[in-house]
Amino acid sequence: MRVLVVAVIAAATAAAAAGEIAPADRRSGYDFAGPETRAMQDDDTANPGMLGVLQGETLWTAKTGAAERSCADCHGDPRTSMTGVAVRYPVFEPRLARPLDLEGRINRCRTEHQDAEPLAAESEDLLALTAFVAYQSRGLPIVVQGNAELQPFLDLGNELFHRRQGQLNLSCSQCHDDNWGKRLAGAVIPQAHPTAYPVYRLEWQSLGSLQRRLRNCMIGVRAEPYEYGAPEAIALELYLMVRARGMLIETPGVRP
Amino acid sequence: MDERWSERPTRRLVLLAAAGLGLPPPAEASTAAMDQAIHALVGESTVKRGKVKLDLPPIVENGNTVPLTVTIDSPMSQTDHVTGIHIFNEKNPQPYVAAFELGPRTGRAVVSTRIRLADSQQVVAIARLSDGSFWSDSADVIVTLAACAEG
Amino acid sequence: MARVLINLPAEAKRGEIIEIKTLIAHPMETGYRLGPTGVTIPRDIINRFVCTYNGEEVFRAELFPAIAANPFIAFFTVATESGEIAFSWTDDHGETQTEVRQITVE
Repeated sequence: MRVLVVAVIAAATAAAAAGEIAPADRRSGYDFAGPETRAMQDDDTANPGMLGVLQGETLWTAKTGAAERSCADCHGDPRTSMTGVAVRYPVFEPRLARPLDLEGRINRCRTEHQDAEPLAAESEDLLALTAFVAYQSRGLPIVVQGNAELQPFLDLGNELFHRRQGQLNLSCSQCHDDNWGKRLAGAVIPQAHPTAYPVYRLEWQSLGSLQRRLRNCMIGVRAEPYEYGAPEAIALELYLMVRARGMLIETPGVRP
Repeated sequence: MDERWSERPTRRLVLLAAAGLGLPPPAEASTAAMDQAIHALVGESTVKRGKVKLDLPPIVENGNTVPLTVTIDSPMSQTDHVTGIHIFNEKNPQPYVAAFELGPRTGRAVVSTRIRLADSQQVVAIARLSDGSFWSDSADVIVTLAACAEG
Repeated sequence: MARVLINLPAEAKRGEIIEIKTLIAHPMETGYRLGPTGVTIPRDIINRFVCTYNGEEVFRAELFPAIAANPFIAFFTVATESGEIAFSWTDDHGETQTEVRQITVE
């Protein structure tokens, strides 16, 4: 492993100026997964992530909170109201003066409009609702882009993506910009585009969020992972979505 | 091909002898467990090769969820059909994976599921037919670890 | 009630062989994993799956911890007549969940 890592770093520093992936070369993690994993994602009747989407569908109409209000009470038919939503997130929330991801928006709806407690990060219900909302944008291109308000957070995300970290002293960019398509031990390195989240990761045997996956990456380079909802985590999410702008949503994806 | 499960229980004797001497079981202990489990199913009958096709990916991206399909060449008629399909593995903590019961109403002797494999190993599928005969297929699977996990 | 995904045709011709795909949400705790305190998490799996067609059993599966979480089982059956196809999953506690689907057979 150490020899491999040294080789990777050597290759990366040699191609130091390589930087971002050309837009035409961008590929979803789906393309790097094996045929059986892809087949699992392709079949809605056999995709384990769909169990979460189904659960989200039930939660959509469930009255909740002191306000006894369901998502449906305000948003009606999700197939119209939620189409094109996931592709815009994270968005800048002026009342908080910071970006909010989809999970954050769902929880804000709960506290502000349903008078309910926010759902815990990575809880089954939050993942189910997020998967259900993102599913309504399946097949649509990501449209997140920088603007005056988001720029400082985008800059932070950019910096974090290119910063070496952890005991292995690797940056996200070194693997996912400079060495995608090559192998890290038995696994193919994807380009790290968040097109399929929440994703059914076979390693987790459940749905999980992008933030969970980022934590896994950080543990992989032996860095202290960001807490759920940390500013660094949201900044990275924002950066990754802008980096993937134009790519299509696949939620619920299946990944190894 | 290796008809291990139709040979005499030499390995079992070795295991018992080793245990008696207070030695740790030989490294093949889990293979022996699979052999024993298969013996328990088929008794002294010979398990024939053929009719059964066990589909597993040769290289597995994640051992937590491995798609598996067993197909048996059988008319599935009243007089000639598959009655059971038994799946065994070599290196998991226990040798059993699943057992399916079929009959003439099944129509087609094809079953798919998803299994867990703890390590690179052999998986064996044994079909029992209505005439009491046993047929099998096996597959060798390489299990790779996912990159960058929580553990 | 665990989430379930069942796929089978709503209509079929008499004698047609139809494919049925089932997926149920369940962690299938193997009994071999160690919890955060080092204590083994006890086994808790779905150990039996039965499919009946108008009350007659047409397919059965005995499952072990080696079956992946959110068990997926796909099999075939002959569309013999119109009626109810029922699916039951039983876990280690003896609890059974049953789902029923209608089929129209011409």
